[in-house]
Amino acid sequence: MEPIETQPSEEALNAVFERRIAAGETIEPKDWMPERYRTQLIRMMSQHAHSEIVGMLPEGNWITRAPSLKRKMVLLAKVQDEAGHGLYIYCGTETLGIDRAELVDQLLTGKAKYSSIFNYPTLTWADIGVIGWFVDGAAIVNQTVLAKASYGPYARAMIRICKEENFHKKQGYEIVATLANGTPEQKAMVQDAVNRWWWPSVMMLGPSDTNSPNTAELIRWRVKRKTNDELRQRFIDLTVPQAEAVGLTLPDPDLRFNPDKQGYDFGPIDWDEFWQVVKGNGPCNRERLQARRDAHENGRWVREAAEAYSAKHARNEQSSAA
Amino acid sequence: MASSASVGVGYGTGENPDGNAESQWPLWEVFTQEDGGAPHEHAGSVHAPDAEMALQNARDVYGRRGKVVSVWVVPSNVITASQSEWAGPFFDPGADKAYRHPQFYKIPRGLKGF
Repeated sequence: MEPIETQPSEEALNAVFERRIAAGETIEPKDWMPERYRTQLIRMMSQHAHSEIVGMLPEGNWITRAPSLKRKMVLLAKVQDEAGHGLYIYCGTETLGIDRAELVDQLLTGKAKYSSIFNYPTLTWADIGVIGWFVDGAAIVNQTVLAKASYGPYARAMIRICKEENFHKKQGYEIVATLANGTPEQKAMVQDAVNRWWWPSVMMLGPSDTNSPNTAELIRWRVKRKTNDELRQRFIDLTVPQAEAVGLTLPDPDLRFNPDKQGYDFGPIDWDEFWQVVKGNGPCNRERLQARRDAHENGRWVREAAEAYSAKHARNEQSSAA
Repeated sequence: MASSASVGVGYGTGENPDGNAESQWPLWEVFTQEDGGAPHEHAGSVHAPDAEMALQNARDVYGRRGKVVSVWVVPSNVITASQSEWAGPFFDPGADKAYRHPQFYKIPRGLKGF
């Protein structure tokens, strides 16, 4: 069945696409889409997937040193979730016509980017609490909005992730609250972690709108529904009262509530640091990539064994059928 | 970039195994059923060298959280799906046939609890 005999022009297809976007329709893998929409989504979704995978490293660093069996079990479950989230988004990205192997290769060769936040080190146990609170908190702010993205597979992956992610933030905040109510040393340790993670977390929502070349287009296509600065404001507004509730201070002397905008004003962001980290010069960029390359290399025997097992079973089936 | 034209649903190609471990394993679409009698629903996809491992990977990725009671895995490249540009004509015999809807039929006035 081939109902369409003459190919409609690109302009006509594009007009239909823009109309569908404007009407709030969901774009599915087989639908016609502008090449630029496809490549922008591949870039954005693969960065997101890579971030989930690399994001396992700073936290995985503390699994063996978690202070109790309960905390160890929670951290294991959380890190396992991040692996799952990476796989959901890789699978969504593949619907755009790029292979998993190519995506993994782009990460391992350093061609693809991942979130700047994972290039900072986890120095103390308190960092694990603060990552759950700040980093997962910021990710939830971002992903809740992406769950309404115009591309169906991306939106569906986000819905799945958001459902699972709430415990991530809560377990982190619980660690933070416990330490904040602990000994003076524990409180100092968690305040130090807050001081180190606050600005990188504020930055992880992306460059300011005035310096984000992709935002306008992605907003028009309803891939993004809020700008980076809007997401950042939301994250800050949510987090400040949570810090006050556990008696911790955020390292920004300009942070104060502005009744006119019903939100917090905050101090200038060090974008030079952000771009340095994005360009590969953060504290842990090289270490993170090397860890991923090692994991890929060290997993080779598992992949080979799986192939050998499957080939052996295929042979056995053949010979028993003969 | 690979074309996904061979796969009806457009969930990737699922092609390629050339027997070495660095090749990409075939793609399987995953359908999960939650308890309570709901139908199986598309959850996502996994790569695996065979059906047994596809099922295990699907369990690990899509049944890790929540109440999954059953999983199906289907090689992506055997799914035949409608094309989105057909959507209008392909599904046409729906709404325009008024006699498919209960409002088309008259029942005696005054009858309650039909």
